[in-house]
Amino acid sequence: MAPKKKGREKGDDSAKNVIYLENVNIAYSDANGVPALMNVNLKIKKGEFVFIVGDSGSGKSTLIKLLLRELTADSGRVIVNGYDLGSMRHSKVPKFRRSLGVVFQDFRLLKDRNIYDNVAFAQRIIMRPEREIRKNVPTMLSLVGLAGKYKAKPKQLSGGEQQRVAVARALVNRPTILLADEPTGNLDYRNTNDIMKLLEKVNENGTTVVVVTHNRDIVNEMQKRVITLKQGVIVSDEKKGAYIDD
Amino acid sequence: MINTFFYSLGQGIKNIFRNKWFTLASLATISACLFVFGIFVAVVFNVNHIVKTVEEGVSVTVYFNEGIEQERIDQIQDLVSKRPEVYRCDFISADEAWAEFSKKLGENAEGFTENPLADSENLQIYLNDVSKQADLVKYLESVEGIRKINKSELTANTLSGVKSVVTYVSIGMIILLLAVSIFLISNTVTIGISVRKEEITIMKYIGATDFFVRAPFVFEGMIIGLIGAAIPVIVLYVLYNTAFDFLRNNFSFLNDYISYVPASEVFMYLAPISIIIGVGIGFFGSFFTVRKHLRV
Repeated sequence: MAPKKKGREKGDDSAKNVIYLENVNIAYSDANGVPALMNVNLKIKKGEFVFIVGDSGSGKSTLIKLLLRELTADSGRVIVNGYDLGSMRHSKVPKFRRSLGVVFQDFRLLKDRNIYDNVAFAQRIIMRPEREIRKNVPTMLSLVGLAGKYKAKPKQLSGGEQQRVAVARALVNRPTILLADEPTGNLDYRNTNDIMKLLEKVNENGTTVVVVTHNRDIVNEMQKRVITLKQGVIVSDEKKGAYIDD
Repeated sequence: MINTFFYSLGQGIKNIFRNKWFTLASLATISACLFVFGIFVAVVFNVNHIVKTVEEGVSVTVYFNEGIEQERIDQIQDLVSKRPEVYRCDFISADEAWAEFSKKLGENAEGFTENPLADSENLQIYLNDVSKQADLVKYLESVEGIRKINKSELTANTLSGVKSVVTYVSIGMIILLLAVSIFLISNTVTIGISVRKEEITIMKYIGATDFFVRAPFVFEGMIIGLIGAAIPVIVLYVLYNTAFDFLRNNFSFLNDYISYVPASEVFMYLAPISIIIGVGIGFFGSFFTVRKHLRV
């Protein structure tokens, strides 16, 4: 059954975009009311590859947390994959999150489980039958180039390999959007390139990819859309942008 | 749903082995608490049993007016037997009274040719609750045909006092022990689950429902609770029987005065209660502790 999606109306601009933010404001209570995001408007279409860049404290992490529905905006609308996150009940959040794939800087793998189980875990929570899992997980591990290491535990892999496992886990449920929060932050140059190539390949297969980063080199090299945040405000949004220095 | 049930159960069992230190700490805490609880329950059972045995030996003796007819005695016995506080009511004829008394006199009884206790036919009344002795005596005083009532007020009052103290102390100690157990066990569970907060966060980010995240923890808690309760029950059962045999064999002079409750009777209650407490604490402890981490 298709998920009940709130917030879409015919002719509404939000319907054309997989991510739609309108006049979004959010402030942390422990920051004396200083806004983390201020009057943010953002539209990301299906199939786009977008970098969100900015210095520490610019609001990048807050934006990712909003898109994951870990935080809710104080005002404005946040619509992701057709779900109006502002009015979403807590019990609907898991279903919404299954429409996303998420990759973190620190990989966040289950350390006590092997690579196969880490990827299979994402399928198990959506109650895929075991025979389907046995087919999908090796396919996904082959895609990220780790088919031969399915029995290894995360700590037996390099940082780059662990991040590829995280990508496989994020993609195994075929999400429409892949959110990557500093995916290369803990990786060396070679592994960074590998991961970015992998994300580009994922994007070519039709998945919308949003990468939060402050890695100037990859942003400048890949020539994708770049949204720059500064002190909670979008200061630039370029179709084939570059990392803007202060 | 069935798949999720078995998956969660399997994960719960795997978690027990994955988190060995947490499992050991929880098992030790639950077992220690329920062990102390079990010892206390066993002691309370036996104290109550001893009090009850002594209580049943306390009687009120009623003597009748001279020349009373047997028919009236039977009526009185019938009336007394029907009273709720009366456990047993025996008629002792003058001959029976003398036979019993002459046994105590031994050779000294030989000089008597007639029954010197001719007017001592009586009713021996045993109560099921000695605290009701005063009520019974009051009633007996109003019954026609009764000459004299022998009672032991001191014994009755002492026993009533002991019984009340045992009852209140038992209730107080059981509540205290349970509270301490729940506190210690939930603390252990809280620490154990907080360490795995990251795991819960990962599950939530991937889109796991609260039920899916919680179920393995709850199964794990229940299994640890079950094992944690079974260990002290088994150990206590063995210890109880050993102590029972030791007291019977080495303090045989006590056997005439004190009878102990058999292990089967104590453990018929103690085993299910301990298991319910263990599994219950495991269930609620993990259920509520995980809830704190689910708002991701």
